[in-house]
Amino acid sequence: MQDKTGSLRRIGTLLQRYVFLHRRSIIRVFDIGFWPVMDLLIWGFMMLYIQQTANTPLAETIIFLIGAMIAWDIHYRGQQAVTISLMEEIWTRNIVNILIAPLRLWEWVAASFLYGTLKVATVTLILGILAHLLYAFNLIQIGWVFLPLAASLLFFGWAIGLGTSGLLLRYGYAAEALIWGIPFLLQPFSCVFYPLEVLPVWAQGIARILPSTYAFEGLRQTLQGKAIPASLWAVLIGLNGFYLALGAGFFVFMFHRARATGRLGHLGQD
Amino acid sequence: MNANELAIEVRGLTHRYERSAGFAVEALDFEVRRGEIVGLLGPNGAGKTTTLHTVLGLLAPTAGVVRVFGRSPLLERMQVLGRINFASVDVHLPSNLLVEECLYIFSNLYGVSYRSERIRNLVERFDLKALRRQRVGSLSSGEHMRLKICKALLNSPELLILDEPTLSLDPYMAHRVRSLLKEIQSERQISILHTSHNMREVESFCDRILFLHHGRKIAEGPPSEVLARSKSRNLDELFIRVAVSGDIFDAG
Repeated sequence: MQDKTGSLRRIGTLLQRYVFLHRRSIIRVFDIGFWPVMDLLIWGFMMLYIQQTANTPLAETIIFLIGAMIAWDIHYRGQQAVTISLMEEIWTRNIVNILIAPLRLWEWVAASFLYGTLKVATVTLILGILAHLLYAFNLIQIGWVFLPLAASLLFFGWAIGLGTSGLLLRYGYAAEALIWGIPFLLQPFSCVFYPLEVLPVWAQGIARILPSTYAFEGLRQTLQGKAIPASLWAVLIGLNGFYLALGAGFFVFMFHRARATGRLGHLGQD
Repeated sequence: MNANELAIEVRGLTHRYERSAGFAVEALDFEVRRGEIVGLLGPNGAGKTTTLHTVLGLLAPTAGVVRVFGRSPLLERMQVLGRINFASVDVHLPSNLLVEECLYIFSNLYGVSYRSERIRNLVERFDLKALRRQRVGSLSSGEHMRLKICKALLNSPELLILDEPTLSLDPYMAHRVRSLLKEIQSERQISILHTSHNMREVESFCDRILFLHHGRKIAEGPPSEVLARSKSRNLDELFIRVAVSGDIFDAG
């Protein structure tokens, strides 16, 4: 009996530990419902799209999905590489050594961009080969147009990566959940697996201000054998430029803010 | 380095952290001259780390001026950071790299010439030769601290900032590291700003001490003079008196 009570107390204590953690972190509370909601949105919109394209051969729909999945990974890996290169220094408690080395902020960011590009190139090559061998999906068949579309998704990934890195500098480990979550917060609105028209009107408004929406739209048009209009390229370039500038500005602002509050010198020590 | 150039010049340094009732440091003035070893002492929360962080350019102070070799570590980072280095018990080196990879990366970041020779020399001096192919994460805390000091000496710094460098070392290794640091310091006339809670170490290692309490300087001078002025037998006794009663002996 006493052992049972002891077990209950110990289990309750461990549970209380998690309650303490969540009580002080909005991000942790947000994380509880975030992934199920994102899954529901993505699969729900996809179901609507499949219902609308009942007459389209299944093989064609699947080709779109494979192409979209590979392209999404380019965006996601680009974002992750930028943020993880900073996160890694925080995890290993080496961040202060980097911050006191004669290294310019932009040089550090440039290294993480290059790291991201190498990762993306490797992943795309592996996925392209596997998709060809297993599903007869030929990435090369998309043609040269895949390169600027992929670059556009990579640039947007960098912009988001700069934003999440800024949050890390300011909030440290507390912002960790956002690093993994923010790209998936944008996924339902980026129209990765379905066209813009599938979204409800309110969501279309959000989708229209994301460069990823136009990149995936361009990919779908290419896979259907259509040419991408010049206006779509113009919007892509404009929005990517805007978000990269915004991400860089936010990162620099957060760096200075973390330096003013003293957070910078204590990163990784909380 | 110019013979008359001050390694560190701090004037009216004041910092208050967000949501904090008091000042972490308040109206602090001090200098570190060329070739001088200065010990920064004080109980926990006295403002030592805040002071070190402002010198390293990691913290923008609320008020006051910090100059390192006559330059601002905030506005002229590149000119300042290449001439200084830092080792701390709380700041680690990447655990997933090998010892030699780690030293290679940092020597490259600092643009060290004759890299291999420099690394070999330091690794031999600090007894890390046998550990060159070992992962940093697998080192004991004493070995890791010696590696941190090696990293801090890679760029032949003119100013070395050390935060509790011997805390995790056994008495023999702590003695060896102090001797090596003294040797390197006198060879190259480097300046050292050093924090420690080991008062015997401070008495023997530092030319001058700077005692902080609640963010204010309460004593400054060579250890023997500070002890004489405060009528204390040793720094341990002085430290305990300051921590218990908060006595202010002098401001140098």
